Amino acid sequence: MAISASLSPIPNRFFTPAMARHLLERAGTGGSPADIAELHGLGLQEAVQRLAHYESVDVSNLTDFDADPDIMRPATAEERAEFLKARRNRDQDTLDTFRQQRLSARGEDRRMHSRLQRWWAQRMIDTPRPAEEKRVLLWHCHFATRHRDVRDAYLMYRQQQTFRAFGNASFADLAKAMVRDPAMIIFLNNDRNIRRRPNENLAREFMELFTLGEGQYTEDDIKEAARALTGYHRADNDFKFRRLVHDGGDKTILGQTDDFDGDSFVKLLLKQKATSRYIALKLYRHYVADVPEYLDLLPRDHAKAVNALGEELLRNRYHIGQTLETLFKSRMFYDREVIGNKIKSPAHLVAGAARSLKTPNRSVSILVTAMSRMGQALFEPPSVAGWDGGRAWINTSTMFMRQNLAIYLITGHDPTRRSAKARNDYDPTPLLTGLTDRQRSDPTAVVDHLADALLGPTVGRDRRAPMIELIQQRTETGQPADRETLVKALTLMTAMPEYQLC
Amino acid sequence: MCDHYHPLSTETPEAVPGAYTRRRFLGSSLALLSTAATAPAFLGRTGSALADTTMRLSSTPGGVDHRVLVVIQLSGGNDGLNTVVPFGDDHYHRARPRLKVAETDAVPLQGVDGIGLNPNLAPVGELIDAGQAAILQGVGYPNPNRSHFKSMDIWQQGTIDPVGADRGKGWLGKALDGAIKPTDPDAGVAAVALAGQSQMATMGRSIQAVSFDTPRTFRWAGHDLEDGMSSAYNDLTEMPDALRRRDDPASFVRRTAMDAQAASSRLRKASEAKTNTRFPATGLGRQLRSVAGMIKSELPTRVYYVSMGGFDTHAGQGNRHTNLLREFAQAVKAFQAEMTSTGHADRVVTVAFSEFGRRLRENASAGTDHGAAGPVFVFGNAVKPGLHGKHPSLTNLDQGDLIHHTDFRGVYTDLLENWMRMDASAAVAGRFKTPGVIRRGV
Repeated sequence: MAISASLSPIPNRFFTPAMARHLLERAGTGGSPADIAELHGLGLQEAVQRLAHYESVDVSNLTDFDADPDIMRPATAEERAEFLKARRNRDQDTLDTFRQQRLSARGEDRRMHSRLQRWWAQRMIDTPRPAEEKRVLLWHCHFATRHRDVRDAYLMYRQQQTFRAFGNASFADLAKAMVRDPAMIIFLNNDRNIRRRPNENLAREFMELFTLGEGQYTEDDIKEAARALTGYHRADNDFKFRRLVHDGGDKTILGQTDDFDGDSFVKLLLKQKATSRYIALKLYRHYVADVPEYLDLLPRDHAKAVNALGEELLRNRYHIGQTLETLFKSRMFYDREVIGNKIKSPAHLVAGAARSLKTPNRSVSILVTAMSRMGQALFEPPSVAGWDGGRAWINTSTMFMRQNLAIYLITGHDPTRRSAKARNDYDPTPLLTGLTDRQRSDPTAVVDHLADALLGPTVGRDRRAPMIELIQQRTETGQPADRETLVKALTLMTAMPEYQLC
Repeated sequence: MCDHYHPLSTETPEAVPGAYTRRRFLGSSLALLSTAATAPAFLGRTGSALADTTMRLSSTPGGVDHRVLVVIQLSGGNDGLNTVVPFGDDHYHRARPRLKVAETDAVPLQGVDGIGLNPNLAPVGELIDAGQAAILQGVGYPNPNRSHFKSMDIWQQGTIDPVGADRGKGWLGKALDGAIKPTDPDAGVAAVALAGQSQMATMGRSIQAVSFDTPRTFRWAGHDLEDGMSSAYNDLTEMPDALRRRDDPASFVRRTAMDAQAASSRLRKASEAKTNTRFPATGLGRQLRSVAGMIKSELPTRVYYVSMGGFDTHAGQGNRHTNLLREFAQAVKAFQAEMTSTGHADRVVTVAFSEFGRRLRENASAGTDHGAAGPVFVFGNAVKPGLHGKHPSLTNLDQGDLIHHTDFRGVYTDLLENWMRMDASAAVAGRFKTPGVIRRGV
């Protein structure tokens, strides 16, 4: 069956609770039965509005990250002079002091980096704007930058603030912000890109991975584009354009000759049809389906859908929020082949499980470690190409980590430790809100209520049977299941292969 | 049977009776056999193997059916010029004023003039002297791609432009597809990757590597919660045969879950097995230690895949690169020693590659940029030891990079056909000249 390439909206009456669940899973990271019921109650227009234009949702209750901008500050002129003098004089004591200072700054930066990872993971769980975090994940994977190379957690934080500021508006603005982003400039060595010795790294990745896609340019285009980006440096925490090392001459990029600089280079890239298709592919891979990352490898129906999304992106002048509003209402998005057919990223799995199960607060440091072991260390994508996503998330090893992470959220039992005890502090009863007393005493009704939200309606009766049997075995007929029984039923439900899908 | 000269061992494998006896595959998860109808194929035979205590890994110990290939991926683009150092060439010194390795520091190679190894590769030099290591120079492919991802894809795929169903498949996966039927009892563990993410190199149509990096978490923790949980979990994880053949995401995840459960107990024990040799406490050291444990435990696994990163040395390359080479050389040395001391050395060959070499001329940041051709290491008793091929020219360059004379697909062909005795033509999509790194008659 082919996936619909239509971006026309579904009729409001098709927006069932199952569709509301799908919307919440894909635009955000899923939710409890009550969250889904509430979103469904809003109707299609309002529900999409809330997720595509999340800015209207108040987040003033969230605590911002307590960032220290000065940990990795550059040496002052005096310090530098003192250092050079010590080196000239072979003053080993002073040199050792400098070395110690540098090492301790690195250590402090690594601690801030871990704190930043924890802050983000907790925010994904706590935020009333799950769609914003999902969007930040998209850009983090697209403009993938690694703390391990940047070695400045403050700049990683600043980059994420840029994703938050521009991530739901114009992609053009976001792309222009990225050629000036200090973390990106360090990561792709552009602060070494000077007129006399151009460094191609940023120019190459900007074309290959951030805009045009592989194969849409020549090696000569890269050489010329690198010249356009000369002098795009940073000074401490800010962008700095160094005119003296910028190459102001004419460059020929993609057949156009002009005295390109960073901004006009980005503008040129956005004029290319290839860019709209490539960004559409990224949106499609993030929100719709796990398809290959190369356009020429897409099955025909997916290629048509991506093309339609690319057209929509152009129509909206690269406005991401507008484009996603159209997508989130569309026949394409609610196609039968789309629903329940995408593999959750580790961040989605962890934040989504905590949000939808309403588990007690767990050690966020363990949650961050778990994400890493599942292949998604926050602020540490494996390369500038970001995470592969889709099936690459799942192997025999990550399968167990995914299941065991859910057990940790539910029971407090840390699967990486041999002897950690379960805590028994989780009460799933609030998830049953909305069920009558009679339904609560009916194992089938209880499992259906939970499974409809956690697994989705596509997971059928035969797959729900083991949980129903478990409740029946542990509960007297006509009585509601006790807390411990519900905990075990949820442990099984989250261990199901279907729970890895959204 | 291998009967070639073996410099470090006084014993041939036949002298160790029972060393190759197939042990139980299942360990403690025997209960699983009740679901045999839907269990992965490799569990099926194990069931009967348990009754047949005479069953061995091979009727001829160390026979070609049980040869093992270990692949070490050096990610980031290893600087081949500071790995196998052409110190006798003035162009090297001129191009590398700050990064060059001096002749006096390089590890000399017997019978080779003007070329030596990086000082931290001394253990590799010892392995060459012992007849256990070979280095292929100037390995690459036409029109080299200088993007990490594209070039790594090319090396992992074993083809430059894969077409049709070969897309997204790797050279090892394709070779194993051709050698092992999906219904073969050992298909489920034909390849093991010590990696958090599955590696494309080991992805075949029916063969997919078991992947894990931390043995302790390689099981479902819910088994500990209550006795009754395990059977419900097994019910939810098992899969009807009809579904196993489907390829949608849900079936894929379900198949992976079932394979994971089946492989869990056996692989965990094997990878944590005690070793005779002390392995370095480095990333690669730990990975090769696990591989040694699994080989010693006589898993029917044919391919092990490990990796080591950090080779993308654009700036301040000096110490960083030599430290990486030390980690590499020490880990491999320990691995070869362990294979020899456990009597498995004759059935294991190890290959180490990187997605590209680096540019001849060092850059302004005391680093090197992405290049093209580079060296490939091959270890094991079956290799023709020493350097293979000429050092690539330092004057005849392509965009400042070394030009390859040995196609990596020929290296793969050598390893697959002459060592693994598998057909390589599908894996590398064609026929390529082999460099002869595997000795004739092995």
